[in-house]
Amino acid sequence: MVEFLQQIINGLSLGSIYALIALGYTMVYGILKLINFAHGDVYMVGAFAGYYAAAVFHWSFVPALLFAMAGAAVLGVAIERIAYRPLRNATRIATLITAIGVSLLLENLGIVVLHPEPRAFPDLVQLRMVRLGALYINNRQLVIVLVATILMIALQWVVNRTRIGQAMRAVAEDQDTARLMGINVDRVISFTFALGSALAAAAGVLVGLYYGRIDPLMGIMPGLKAFVAAVLGGIGLIPGAMVGGLVMGVAEVMVVAFLSSTWKDAVAFAILIVILLVRPSGLLGRAVREKV
Amino acid sequence: MLTLEGLHVYYGGIHALKGISLMVEEGEIVTLIGANGAGKSTTLRAISGLVRPRSGRILFEQQPLHTLPADRIVRLGITHVPEGRRVFASLSVRENLQLGAYSRRDRGEITADLHRVYELFPRLGERQNQSAGTLSGGEQQMLAIGRALMARPRLLLLDEPSMGLAPLLVMEIFRIIKEINHGGTTILLVEQNANQALRVAHRAYVLQSGEIVREGPAAEVAQDPEVRRAYLGGDVA
Ligand SMILES: Nc1ncnc2c1ncn2[C@@H]1O[C@H](COP(=O)(O)OP(=O)(O)OP(=O)(O)O)[C@@H](O)[C@H]1O
Ligand SMILES: [Mg+2]
Repeated sequence: MVEFLQQIINGLSLGSIYALIALGYTMVYGILKLINFAHGDVYMVGAFAGYYAAAVFHWSFVPALLFAMAGAAVLGVAIERIAYRPLRNATRIATLITAIGVSLLLENLGIVVLHPEPRAFPDLVQLRMVRLGALYINNRQLVIVLVATILMIALQWVVNRTRIGQAMRAVAEDQDTARLMGINVDRVISFTFALGSALAAAAGVLVGLYYGRIDPLMGIMPGLKAFVAAVLGGIGLIPGAMVGGLVMGVAEVMVVAFLSSTWKDAVAFAILIVILLVRPSGLLGRAVREKV
Repeated sequence: MLTLEGLHVYYGGIHALKGISLMVEEGEIVTLIGANGAGKSTTLRAISGLVRPRSGRILFEQQPLHTLPADRIVRLGITHVPEGRRVFASLSVRENLQLGAYSRRDRGEITADLHRVYELFPRLGERQNQSAGTLSGGEQQMLAIGRALMARPRLLLLDEPSMGLAPLLVMEIFRIIKEINHGGTTILLVEQNANQALRVAHRAYVLQSGEIVREGPAAEVAQDPEVRRAYLGGDVA
């Protein structure tokens, strides 16, 4: 039982990471119906930005986190501007191929510029074990869950309570009509990329903190898994990405703990196959949304 | 106030507007009638910037619109109630109305206008927290009009506001159109319901396969035998 609870905690902290990344996939999909395959690499760049802020400028955790988020936001906006916007009216397949191209570009640039060997991520938060009854919790896990929770609450606030959030929801529902309201759709799309990228960067810094190492290809697997998490929750739905990420994290940790670690990465894809067969609209998605 | 000159619009290979010219004067209700596919919606979409004309000009008080993006055109004081209402179904009634005022910054005035819309359409007030997708067709039409009014337009473009509504509601909508016009808003009204439209409008244009085939004071157009036969069901009232 203690072991089980321990694994739930591990799963929730890993799941928070997936959820933060999944949000970017789902928000961009909600607005552009585009799977931004470069999103996992934005997460990687975010981790490196946090690394430089901490290792080179000797910034502490919160400033380094904010710096990484801001840097990734700029990168996300630039990617949309340069790679996706010219293809706004192109076929879906053309945009998808472009997204994969951007992803490969960032990974290979990462290898050239940042060097392929992993680096040790600075100890921004001193490691301690916190005792909770019979459980021992790594304080970094608490930081992960805490930061992720704060960011998700902030995101919900932006989306549901602000003018730009209202515009985001309008654009996601009907771009032409949003234009008729006087909404500058391009600006809303840029803002969406900025938000999603900032959240991914936060995940990158948190992962660096937790595992203590980062490398230019670190975004590939978490990127794919977070994408599956977004589909699992219902792509396009913000709460879906949160739920999907947590479920995914817990499932992965449980499989590793109670079955075998060789199944670690297979879990995600098993989930993807099952969800596509059984409930393609995702856990929180309505069966089929009709457009009148 | 608004002038269209030799406007040509294409959708790929389809030549939807073949050089149409029309004018709307300040304070008028002008109606644009015509059969399905004549190009009525396309004309409104060109004015509000959703489609770009290939050639021709659109001027709003000397200012060219055909080069401006849609969000800038709204800021000049033109709002468009699109065909089929197009309310934001997942957003609440109040949020839809707030989005109508997106181009404005004067918060206090926006709240006052919100209440004015609730006065004009009491049903919207009763349902302000409900999501717009749960409204009836008539209520959605009221919301679409209310939403457009929230921008405080000087020119209102209405695309088939009576479409699919019960006769009583149609009367109500036309009454409201007149009321809005009396309040000082100029209106360009697209309708299939030519009968009613010609009754409220000052002037009319008849559009046929992308060309304007008849224009004049609404009362005269309504008497035109050709128009009666094609759009008014033929019998003399
Ligand atoms: N998005 C589009 N793509 C291609 N063709 C279009 C598009 N929209 C309209 N058309 C074509 O342009 C022509 C004019 O259409 P428009 O919608 O302006 O007509 P309308 O007069 O509003 O008709 P209705 O009374 O049915 O609303 C039609 O032949 C239509 O098929
Ligand atoms: Mg039409």
